[in-house]
Amino acid sequence: MLILECPYCGLHADETELAPGGEAHLKRFGPGSSDDDFEGYLFMRENPKGVHFERWRHANGCGKWFHAARDTNTLEVFGTYSAQTTEPPQDIKDKISARRPGWTWREFA
Amino acid sequence: MSEPVSAVKNAVFSGIVRVEDCGPQGMITLRSDASNAKLKQAVKVVIGADLPPVRGISANGDRAVAWMSPDEWLILLPYAEARAAEAELRKALAGTHHLAETVSDARAFFRVTGDAARVREVLAKLVPVDLHPARFGTGEMRRTRMAQVAAAIWLESEGEARVICFRSVGAYVFDLLSAAAANGSEVAFFDA
Repeated sequence: MLILECPYCGLHADETELAPGGEAHLKRFGPGSSDDDFEGYLFMRENPKGVHFERWRHANGCGKWFHAARDTNTLEVFGTYSAQTTEPPQDIKDKISARRPGWTWREFA
Repeated sequence: MSEPVSAVKNAVFSGIVRVEDCGPQGMITLRSDASNAKLKQAVKVVIGADLPPVRGISANGDRAVAWMSPDEWLILLPYAEARAAEAELRKALAGTHHLAETVSDARAFFRVTGDAARVREVLAKLVPVDLHPARFGTGEMRRTRMAQVAAAIWLESEGEARVICFRSVGAYVFDLLSAAAANGSEVAFFDA
């Protein structure tokens, strides 16, 4: 069972209280972009075994979206952070580096 | 005006705790940026209670304000006073970005009373929340999932809990609480 801390409520919310929102930090390419960029935005996902960044919504709680950094293999959660950002904050990256030296995920490391 | 009717009118179940429909309850949804300078004052004047901290609920007699999310509060007050209080709030918040709307009839409201440990136990059967007395006490409203639907619970006092859910699932939640309170279903998990 996955338990994530909602950064708005400060609660450790059970997975059944949350709604998954897929991969985090997708960069949108809209009208006028190249077909390759749009395809990447629409379909290409990381699907890693290891460090991963996801969007979650505290659906049965405060209703807010947030980001979570976790390991898909061990279910270890490195941290959660605000949805109002385009990249993982430094403290989350540091926490992951401490546990998984040399990790990379898309353009982040 | 027509007579207001609550979700499961006058329903009562007595088992290891007593579950009852509270009848029509006034509720106002208030949304605004928490940094809105007029907000605190407006709530203080209209409701007579301070804006609660995160997950908090603060009461003033038969009125209360509960934290719903970083930009949403739920105001509880007698059914007949909701419309007037809504108008007062709108007046007090005029000129700032906000929303105040009466939602009394959109929700169902239940009271669960009985022995303190039994009340916690009945709720704990239904929600993924640590209800141990050291972790959950009065003054906190917990929005969570009750079996398959969203609900909010809080302790009015030890031995008296309140449950709010959407009206459309009111009968379902009443049945859930009744089943969890069935005679002979004691778990005694919270007994000291």
